[in-house]
Amino acid sequence: MLNDKFNREHKHISLAHGSGGKLMHNLIKNLFLPSFGNPLLSKLDDAAVFEVGGKKLAFSTDTYVVNPLFFPGGNIGKLAVCGTVNDLAVMGAKPLWLSCGMVIEEGFDYDILSKIITSMKKTALQAGVEIVTGDTKVVEKGKCDGVFINTSGVGIISGDPLDIENIQEGDAVIVNGSLGEHGIAVLSCRTGLGFTTRIESDCAPLNDFIDEILSNSDGVRFMRDPTRGGLATTLNEIVEARDYGILLNEKDIPVSDGVKGACELLGFDPLYIANEGKVVVVVEKEKANNVLEVMHKHKLGINSAVIGYISVKCKRKVCMKTVSGGTRIIDMLVGEQLPRIC
Amino acid sequence: MCLGIPVKVVEIKGKQGIGDIGGVRREVDLRFLEDVKVGDYVILHAGFAIQKLNEEEAKETLSFLEKMNM
Amino acid sequence: MKYIDEFRNRKFCEALSKKIREEVYGEKRMTLMEVCGTHTMAIARYGLKNLLPENIRLLSGPGCPVCVTPNPDIDKAIGFCRLKNIIITTFGDMMRVPGSSSSLQREKADGADVRIVYSPNDAIKIAIANPEKRVIFLGVGFETTAPTVAASIKDAREEGLKNYFVISMHKVMPPALKALVKGEEVKVDGFLLPGHVTTITGTEVYNFIPRNYGIACVVAGFEPVDILQAALMLVRQIKNKKPLVENQYTRTVTKEGNPYAKKLLNDIFKQTDAEWRGIGIIPKSGLCIREEFADFDAEKTFELKIEESKEHPDCICGEILKGVKEPIDCPLFDTICTPENPVGACMVSSEGTCSAYYKYRSYDIDEDNRG
Repeated sequence: MLNDKFNREHKHISLAHGSGGKLMHNLIKNLFLPSFGNPLLSKLDDAAVFEVGGKKLAFSTDTYVVNPLFFPGGNIGKLAVCGTVNDLAVMGAKPLWLSCGMVIEEGFDYDILSKIITSMKKTALQAGVEIVTGDTKVVEKGKCDGVFINTSGVGIISGDPLDIENIQEGDAVIVNGSLGEHGIAVLSCRTGLGFTTRIESDCAPLNDFIDEILSNSDGVRFMRDPTRGGLATTLNEIVEARDYGILLNEKDIPVSDGVKGACELLGFDPLYIANEGKVVVVVEKEKANNVLEVMHKHKLGINSAVIGYISVKCKRKVCMKTVSGGTRIIDMLVGEQLPRIC
Repeated sequence: MCLGIPVKVVEIKGKQGIGDIGGVRREVDLRFLEDVKVGDYVILHAGFAIQKLNEEEAKETLSFLEKMNM
Repeated sequence: MKYIDEFRNRKFCEALSKKIREEVYGEKRMTLMEVCGTHTMAIARYGLKNLLPENIRLLSGPGCPVCVTPNPDIDKAIGFCRLKNIIITTFGDMMRVPGSSSSLQREKADGADVRIVYSPNDAIKIAIANPEKRVIFLGVGFETTAPTVAASIKDAREEGLKNYFVISMHKVMPPALKALVKGEEVKVDGFLLPGHVTTITGTEVYNFIPRNYGIACVVAGFEPVDILQAALMLVRQIKNKKPLVENQYTRTVTKEGNPYAKKLLNDIFKQTDAEWRGIGIIPKSGLCIREEFADFDAEKTFELKIEESKEHPDCICGEILKGVKEPIDCPLFDTICTPENPVGACMVSSEGTCSAYYKYRSYDIDEDNRG
């Protein structure tokens, strides 16, 4: 059976299992889902949505292990707050309360920790959430990379929760700006690759932006934030086991020159690079222009664009018309992207 | 087997230079080329410039394609 | 991006595609082969197969230096990982390639210090920064890359470094092309030749192909427009029955190539017989480090315990590399051998034929919906 084959072949967990792509998906499907098995988890949404006392709540969690801890445009603390806030916001929830679990390496500099905490406080304030509970552990030197942070969060959904089941043929697929900025910003700090760039992480809380969209327009069917594994992975998740696919136009996908340059240098594909301040919005075709107008008015949506459409012509697949006029399939990320010379 | 991209030389120090593509910069080893000037485009592979890009030839190729397109 | 975007121009691609169609209309099928993994990738990434007519068959040959590295060499690299007090430095391309029972990535997961570098210069920097460790650089690649590795060995000598070593798994193209055309297993009408290898070697090294074997040759750049223009030039040569070596990539490639790079390559390396996965031993097709630089030769310095190399019995990477079979002909393709669990190098290397085919399957939406 698939699970046994998976177990036999993958006796060790490798870095690829955490990169957000196929291996991670398989790990979740073959180990976590069968073990924890329940209908809420099986939806594999960005947040679990359930009802308590007549109120719809969304609940999500995220763990941050980014290295380096500080990078252009942010740090692990800011990321940890934004990540969970955004997972709640894309479900249509108003994020309210976060927990914060920290694993700190023995010998870690107190001032640096203080900077991270201050950043978390600032980001939480900006997002309108409160960190209401937490946990702290210290591990021996070498047992973690400085600091690992987990945040979990709860939000309230007042309208109808956005549901993937609402998506229909012809719906427009919109993204709010240039892809790949977070991934490239983090990579630029890694030694051994030796490139410098002015690119900054796009890390930002999206809840205010998403609230603007939902309050000032209708026709939004579904949202998701494309983080690890990039836009390609997120779009593949949307069409998995569906009877529709997504047809993209490469020329319409916003990618800044800096990200393009870094990708050319390393042999990377921007569609697979992590984002931390982007949202994919699937909108009823006729309402797309109106949604775009609302998005353009917000600072996080200035470069929003329609990048493609839901199409039954490419079931369960994400396809793309390339800038040169050919067409190709965009698969989910498999393993990490590695810099290449070939 | 040859990921090589055109980068613009923005700085030269002896046989080392800095190449720029889209604002991204990287050290470029210039030892395989003669007469590189700031502003030249070179083909970057594995941290080395393997050739100067001949801008005249590039323009000629593009102009040939324009004519063919009409 | 200058000198990149213009060569991805859709109008040019469509015009070239149209011209190719006109030229081959009514002609019998032509088989073109590209012998550069970067070409395989580019064709797949831009969906260029859609833009070529049905009577042009485009094959991928042994152009991926990672894919053609046979298991015993991969096993050697893995053997180095298991030595004490070493740092393995490698291009990213090698990380996931499966050897007989492991890969660099797996060794790293098990605790080996394996670091990806972008340039051999970065490996030298690591050696200087870690004097108590032995730094071994895995030298893979063809004539484009070998000079850069040669430069690092020269620098190591000039710096007096005692802790920098290279394992040379480098190969050179022309002998492999000769073996391919002599082999006659696949009838190739034209070669799309590797633009960046030729930037170093110059175009003359390929003259024997049209002269002795009557096969058309065009040296091509790597953008969609370059590839399509080169295909058009090949088609015309084939139709006119006038095979020669033509240069499409004139903005970078010349007849002489790069004399400085060639000289350094020859100063540090010499040609040797080498084994190519699936093809076997090709005389004088590999590069080994000359005696004078033996201090930097990892194979001469370290004693390795390597397991006996074995290949999966059903893996047909060799035939795929020769262009004799295509990925869909392989019983393992997309069943046991997938990008996340590769059996052979063709699947794991980012530009291996099977990997490119799997990841970037050219997709004709209308065809899929007619069926």
